[in-house]
Amino acid sequence: MTNPSNDTFTLAGKEYSSRLLVGTGKYKDLEETDAAISASGAEIVTFAVRRTNIGQDKDQPNLLDVISPDRYTLLPNTAGCFDAKTAVRTCRLARELLDGHNLVKLEVLGDEKTLFPDVTATLEATKELIKDGFDIMVYTNDDPIMAKRLEDLGCISVMPLAAPIGSGLGIRNRLNIRTIVENASVPILVDAGVGTASDAAIAMELGCDGVLMNTAIAAAKNPVLMASAMRKGIEAGREAYLAGRMAPKRFASASSPMDGLFF
Amino acid sequence: MQIYLNGERQQIPDNTSMAALVESLGLSDKRIAVEVNEELVPRSTYSDYSLKPQDHVEIVHAIGGG
Repeated sequence: MTNPSNDTFTLAGKEYSSRLLVGTGKYKDLEETDAAISASGAEIVTFAVRRTNIGQDKDQPNLLDVISPDRYTLLPNTAGCFDAKTAVRTCRLARELLDGHNLVKLEVLGDEKTLFPDVTATLEATKELIKDGFDIMVYTNDDPIMAKRLEDLGCISVMPLAAPIGSGLGIRNRLNIRTIVENASVPILVDAGVGTASDAAIAMELGCDGVLMNTAIAAAKNPVLMASAMRKGIEAGREAYLAGRMAPKRFASASSPMDGLFF
Repeated sequence: MQIYLNGERQQIPDNTSMAALVESLGLSDKRIAVEVNEELVPRSTYSDYSLKPQDHVEIVHAIGGG
């Protein structure tokens, strides 16, 4: 663990060395999506499931032509689901879309203004999906009790929000994130709310196993450069966590020796 | 007969199979998933699956999202 070059984490039996997971929404076009994701170094990429546009240009490139399942671990999500039933249906469609791939990002939202999770509906959907054999990475509040409950139900990763989805507000409750990490025996990923590279670094310094983000990269003026910044922020924060930071002190402690002064 | 395809009314011949519907939409070689009346229809069953009047068919694909 202390050798950063050999520092991986495991999800559903697969090892990953990149701790940055990225979304594919809000980009200008598929070319920019591809460039930003390449620059991020992400190995796990999330996407949404929506109606096919019937009767539109059939030769239009598809997201999965760019984000190939051969190159990335694809993580279908249930974004836009406001009840357990639609989330479960979405996961089943996603599994079919990816030929039986069981990994999903479950989010059941509570309201459109905050996009905070509906935790009771999230629990309900989790139980149903576990029975159906899914490997669930679950979006939830920064609530240590609920995080543990979801882990106990069998989620393979718990993903507390840093702040509301797409808000870029950074980590609003560092103490709760730390408590969730300390309690957990599955990977904890911050999902949603980071705004810039330092936010990603803080999540990693708190001991998170990774960070999932979309808007912070896609809505930057230069998404490709921000993707690279995020990659470095994640790496810096992870190394700082592994290194073990110094204890903060209230007063100064001189870095140069007091002995040998010539005056 | 009438079905609902992605929320829109659509006229199709009686006893159309899912395979025929997907073919007629030019989606046979596309990465899609299908449900009818909120139940998943696995790709392996498209040929044997006969659509019925008033079925609600949803055909979905992957798009950008976070």
